[in-house]
Amino acid sequence: MKEEGNLENRPSNTAFTQQRLPAWQPMLSAGVVIPGFLVIGLAFIGIGVGLLITSRSIQVLELDYTGTETNSPCNKCTTLPIQNNCVCKLNFTIDTLFKGPVFFYYSLTNYFQSQRKYGASLDYNQLSGDLTYFKSPASDCDPYRYANGKPIVPCGSLANSMFNDTFKLYQIVNGKENLVPFDGKGIAWWTDYNIKYRNPDYSPLENAFNDTEKPVFWSKPAYKLDTSDSSNNGFVNQDFLVWMRRAALPNFRKLYRRITEGDYKDGLPVGNYSLEISYNYPVKSFDGTKKATFSNVSWMGGQNEFLGIAYLAIGSMCVVMSVVMLIVYAKFRFPEDD
Amino acid sequence: MTWRSPLALMRDAILSQKAREKELRSLVSNLPFEGLGKSKQPNRFFKSNAIKTNKYTPLFFIPMNLYEQFHRLANIYFVGLAILNFIPVVNAFQPEVALIPICVIMFLTALKDGWEDFRRYQSDKKLNNTPCLIYSRKEKRFMERRWKDVRVGDFVKVVSNETVPADLLLLHTSDPNNVCHIETANLDGETNLKQRKSNVFEPESFNWTVVCEKPNNNLNHFKCFVEKPDREKTGAGIESLLLRGCTVRNTEHSVGFVVYAGHETKSMLNNNGPRYKRSKLERRLNVDVFFCVLLLFIMCLIGSLGHYLWLKGLSDVPPFLVSDSKGHLDSPGLSSFYMFFTMIILLQILIPISLYVSVELVKIGQIFFIVTDVDLYDEETDSRVQCRSLNITEDLGQIEYIFSDKTGTLTENKMVFRRCSIMGTEFAHKENGKEVTFTRYTTKYNMVEYLLSFFSKFLKVRSSSPSHQTYNSLESFSSLVKRWNIFDTPKRNSSPIEDSAGDDANGVQPCSSDPVTLSARPAAASEDLCYEAESPDEAALVYAAKTYGFTLLARTPDSVTVRVPSGEELVFEVLDTLAFDSNRKRMSVLVRHPITREYVLYTKGADYAIMELLGTGQQKKIATDTQYHLDCYAKDGLRTLCITKKIVSGREYQSWLVDRKRALAAIEGREELMMDSAVQLETQLTLLGATGIEDRLQESVPDTITALREAGIKVWVLTGDKPETALNIGYACRLLEEEDLVINMSCKNKVTCISILDCTLEEVRRFHADPRNVDTTQKISLMIDGDTLAIALSPDLQDRFLDLAKRCRSVLCCRVTPLQKSRVVKLVRDKLKVMTLAVGDGANDVNMIQAADVGIGISGQEGMQAVMASDFAISRFKHLKKLLLVHGHWCYTRLANMIIYFFYKNAAYVNLLFWYQFYCGFSGTAMIDYWLMIFFNLFFTSTPPIMFGIMDKDVSAEMLMGVPDLYRTGQGSGEYNFLTFWISMLDAFYQSLVCFFVPYLAYQGSDVDIFTFGTPLNTSSLFIILLHLGIEIKSWTVVHWIIMLGSVALYFIVTLAYSAICVTCNPPSNPYWILQNQMADPMFYLICIISTVVALLYTFYVLKNSVAPSPLIQAKHLDRMKPSVREMWMKEWRSLRGGMEVKESRLSTPPSPTLETSVDFYPGFGDAASFVGDDLSLNVLTDQKPVDT
Repeated sequence: MKEEGNLENRPSNTAFTQQRLPAWQPMLSAGVVIPGFLVIGLAFIGIGVGLLITSRSIQVLELDYTGTETNSPCNKCTTLPIQNNCVCKLNFTIDTLFKGPVFFYYSLTNYFQSQRKYGASLDYNQLSGDLTYFKSPASDCDPYRYANGKPIVPCGSLANSMFNDTFKLYQIVNGKENLVPFDGKGIAWWTDYNIKYRNPDYSPLENAFNDTEKPVFWSKPAYKLDTSDSSNNGFVNQDFLVWMRRAALPNFRKLYRRITEGDYKDGLPVGNYSLEISYNYPVKSFDGTKKATFSNVSWMGGQNEFLGIAYLAIGSMCVVMSVVMLIVYAKFRFPEDD
Repeated sequence: MTWRSPLALMRDAILSQKAREKELRSLVSNLPFEGLGKSKQPNRFFKSNAIKTNKYTPLFFIPMNLYEQFHRLANIYFVGLAILNFIPVVNAFQPEVALIPICVIMFLTALKDGWEDFRRYQSDKKLNNTPCLIYSRKEKRFMERRWKDVRVGDFVKVVSNETVPADLLLLHTSDPNNVCHIETANLDGETNLKQRKSNVFEPESFNWTVVCEKPNNNLNHFKCFVEKPDREKTGAGIESLLLRGCTVRNTEHSVGFVVYAGHETKSMLNNNGPRYKRSKLERRLNVDVFFCVLLLFIMCLIGSLGHYLWLKGLSDVPPFLVSDSKGHLDSPGLSSFYMFFTMIILLQILIPISLYVSVELVKIGQIFFIVTDVDLYDEETDSRVQCRSLNITEDLGQIEYIFSDKTGTLTENKMVFRRCSIMGTEFAHKENGKEVTFTRYTTKYNMVEYLLSFFSKFLKVRSSSPSHQTYNSLESFSSLVKRWNIFDTPKRNSSPIEDSAGDDANGVQPCSSDPVTLSARPAAASEDLCYEAESPDEAALVYAAKTYGFTLLARTPDSVTVRVPSGEELVFEVLDTLAFDSNRKRMSVLVRHPITREYVLYTKGADYAIMELLGTGQQKKIATDTQYHLDCYAKDGLRTLCITKKIVSGREYQSWLVDRKRALAAIEGREELMMDSAVQLETQLTLLGATGIEDRLQESVPDTITALREAGIKVWVLTGDKPETALNIGYACRLLEEEDLVINMSCKNKVTCISILDCTLEEVRRFHADPRNVDTTQKISLMIDGDTLAIALSPDLQDRFLDLAKRCRSVLCCRVTPLQKSRVVKLVRDKLKVMTLAVGDGANDVNMIQAADVGIGISGQEGMQAVMASDFAISRFKHLKKLLLVHGHWCYTRLANMIIYFFYKNAAYVNLLFWYQFYCGFSGTAMIDYWLMIFFNLFFTSTPPIMFGIMDKDVSAEMLMGVPDLYRTGQGSGEYNFLTFWISMLDAFYQSLVCFFVPYLAYQGSDVDIFTFGTPLNTSSLFIILLHLGIEIKSWTVVHWIIMLGSVALYFIVTLAYSAICVTCNPPSNPYWILQNQMADPMFYLICIISTVVALLYTFYVLKNSVAPSPLIQAKHLDRMKPSVREMWMKEWRSLRGGMEVKESRLSTPPSPTLETSVDFYPGFGDAASFVGDDLSLNVLTDQKPVDT
């Protein structure tokens, strides 16, 4: 290369400017694809089997208590207009030991907690304990913002429509009903309980709610949600928190209690049980059903076979494909070597 | 400032408007009115010299910039949606938040605009405050003022090396010949010096009226006359105008009268800002944006309908249905109507907001890589390739027709005098000048006369390349310049080129070329003369003459000094010059012979323009012999010129002079009058002889043309040369092959033209109809001359002409005018709907360059006009090969893939939201936090496609150069077409389906909350979108890895940080601690893995099947081989295509590797077959059988 004259405009001859950076060009060759498929396939089959076994090991007991069928014990509660303290009892039998800890859920179907306006119908400032919003809740709360001229606390549709059936579980031993103790602590998200939702700094809590109205559908004000545990009241009530975390899909279940104490620590033993339901929540308006669900959980959460099957299916597909590829490859490739 | 009534102000405004609109302006000197108020000034209606090119003022920046930005339809769309969000019944997000993306985009654009405008303001300010000298009557001398103080009617003095502040009518110079030299590099990039001539005036006594035309942007054109108090009119033209922005050289000082100032100056009127062309891809892109809008509309309609049905399906009012404050619920119909708009807001990002910005960024990056390519750098001229249009890089990859000029484009345009014919005798000339053939010349007188004709006609010749618009014939401007006295001054002993500022930044586009300036420059010894000519032909002639002892010593406006071999110096008085124009195709000079005192007219021009003007009855034999020689020259590819003389009697001259003067002073129709007067004199000429000048082909031209044709590009050559010369060059540069059938179309009337067209077409059609010729193309080429072309381009024949032309391997058009060139380009572009590229180097190519989709200028010997008009400027023709085959291909595939990917990306993401609507009662709920949605599009997934668009490399440069065939992938509809767009949309549809329903099924019936459900969706869609790009990326460099991994890291870092910080920052959305929770759950990973794999397994499958057999993939395979092996394959591939025997639409099967290559060399085909197992892919497989070599 001659260096005569001034070549000041000469572009710099680097790998970057000349687009000659060392590059890796992935090419799908049989040598990579066939073993690759095989390895992925086997790994997926392994995961799939693991998932399926875990899912199968989870016991689930679902009891529909909507009461639409006439022979259902709860049928009486649906035929009448909403009445307080309609109690119905569901009897069931457990044949094998229901391993603990057992989680008790209530399930709703066809319930759209994910509805946008419904989800927005609350006042976060109020729920974080800001007293100024006790006096004038956000307009999002409409139409559950004021009642009888007083602000509603907690306001909004979401809080107003809180699920209010209550359950009691009895084991029938020799005709006698033994109450199975429910553990209601720690069923909500830790962050909700400790950070997001805050009661106003008032003692007693009741005073903070002066000049406010309870939500229209509620039978008792927020500060009286749990009569047995005074710290489980107001906005940090566990049931309230569980309800306020909106379900993503229209058929959902929500944790109600865990069975972790006493004789039932290791699970529900074989026997007859009776579930006493105080039936308050109407589901007719959305054609939904209500279920009580007992389930134990594993590392993968509740029972769900889909994931295991999906892994198994994709894994087997990969293995089959790699075999087919090998056959085709052998058939069309090797004769040419002659 | 005194108060004036608004009425008076208005009247003034109207008056000044009127004065500016008038076709003719009368200007008088300002001096008598010096010191008077503004309303007394005679020239107060005309613009002052202060300029303002900044668009904005600080106060109105925001509204004005917004106004500018809203010219872009996409911006209106997004702002409209943001506003829609403020309407409570339809809003989908927090109204304020919905404004963020559009605000970010518009803020960045405003920032860029503001910065550019501020820089313009600064440069204006600097320019306006440049000092200059204005004559003051009070002081009786030139006073130092600022440029902004200059007014129309002032007298301005410009000293050497100073820039001219306004358009000045030159009145006086320090030069004894009353000339002033200017350099117009700032205007048109030309670095040679031009002469301007003046009349002598003193400012004080200037009491004349200057009448000039309305300002226009033609840099080479100016009409004006000066009216003396006694009503006598003197014409003046561009030769007396100093243009604003020019630099005065070699003239100590000159004084001018300001005719146009400020924004009315020619240079400012030419300053139109950067060129804006819209590329084919961008037009296609806009169509697809429209499709996206349609798709969005359909999706919203489905959403709205779904909402209606959902509401209808409810038997009662459920608790999750929220009424208004009075407990009233909208009817299902009304609320689904509202829902339609909510859906538009929710799904708006289906129209990619950042696409346009990204495309611009990608183009900047692509241009960077084109400009920095060391292979496109020319050492000789120290110039890189220039990209003057910033937004048509991808068009380079789609070219189907190239229209090329010959002279200076295919050839060097470095002329060498080769042969001549004098009085019917033929002489040859070797470069060293030692050839003795000239000893045979008959009389010495003849020789002198012959050579003299060269010297005297350097006035304005573009020989056979017909050029420029008609011109005012003004000798001072266009003549040879002798610079003895000038170059002796110590200030200026360097060449003008070195001093020139280089390229012009203002984007001025000259409309026609500047005429020839030839200057004799003595070095140490007077014998070492150095001539500067704009037309290389003339330089070649003068140098040749010098070799034989006839030396041009000096050229002043009025005289030519020649030293003959005897040592005697002859001074010819130049009386007039009849300038070249493309109608006459010749030019003449009228001189007075120093010895005989006769008036002699020497004419030089193309043979056909001369031969018909020869006097009757005389020298028949000479004419025939000369014509024979001319034909021989043309066959050798030489450029020919004929030279004649005519002795004009004194009386004849006088009577002609009267007409001539009248023509000169005319404003209306001056060109015609000038031409008529020239034609009047150029009759009864006596033939002296002819010359043949060689123009060498540039290096690698045949190779480049062969490669371009293998790439499926048709190359047409449009030249002003004779058919024989063009044919010769055609063979030399392998445009025509020996075995080609060349159809020569040259006919005088329409009837013959039609019959030739019809016959040829019939023959060609018959050839194609023959079943034996199915896979071959006929080797025919078309050769057509200017006259025939004019007939063929007539509306009723053009279809037939095109039909024939598109079946020809190559087309040569000769003797065409610049206008015809552009008409041909336009015709092919519009009728055949193909991408055209025009390449040229001279002013005569400007029309063609501007007419084509892509214009390429070659910075060569003929000035900068072509470059100024072009989109890309290169220095050698051979650079075209890499520019098109490599950069064109890359730019196109990169951008096309990037745009497709962009649509895919947004559609895939938006569809997730759409699927979720089925599970939230079509209520417009998003399962992802809105901020994260914005971040997703703006940050997490925006850089990878941009990087992809700038840096991806599907096939190596060597491969693309070695196998030009690969270029065909971009032609026609190319890789980015209707099909690919919809395939990518289907892809997006499928992937979003997987990405949504895998988590849906996994979480079905569980207690999962909205955002916990959305997080794995968001995460797996990030992986799917990025990995999809990963599959598209053909080669991974360090940069790719950094950006891809960086994007994933950014996603997790930002989302984690956001979920940790944001407790109630965006109510009612609740992203707090969601991702943290999810990342502690093994299910999250399992879901992400399975949905990513299922979504992409399909892509992988499609990719392998549909793309595997394409030539590009095969080229990629070859790319992985050792260079030596690859070289072999490339050769074989090319030879298979060899004589272009394969039909254009189909690509030949490239050779497969031999047995030496490893077994799993072509495994992809085996895989492809395994997936479908049908005949097609098996055929592909068998096609790939190695060829034993």
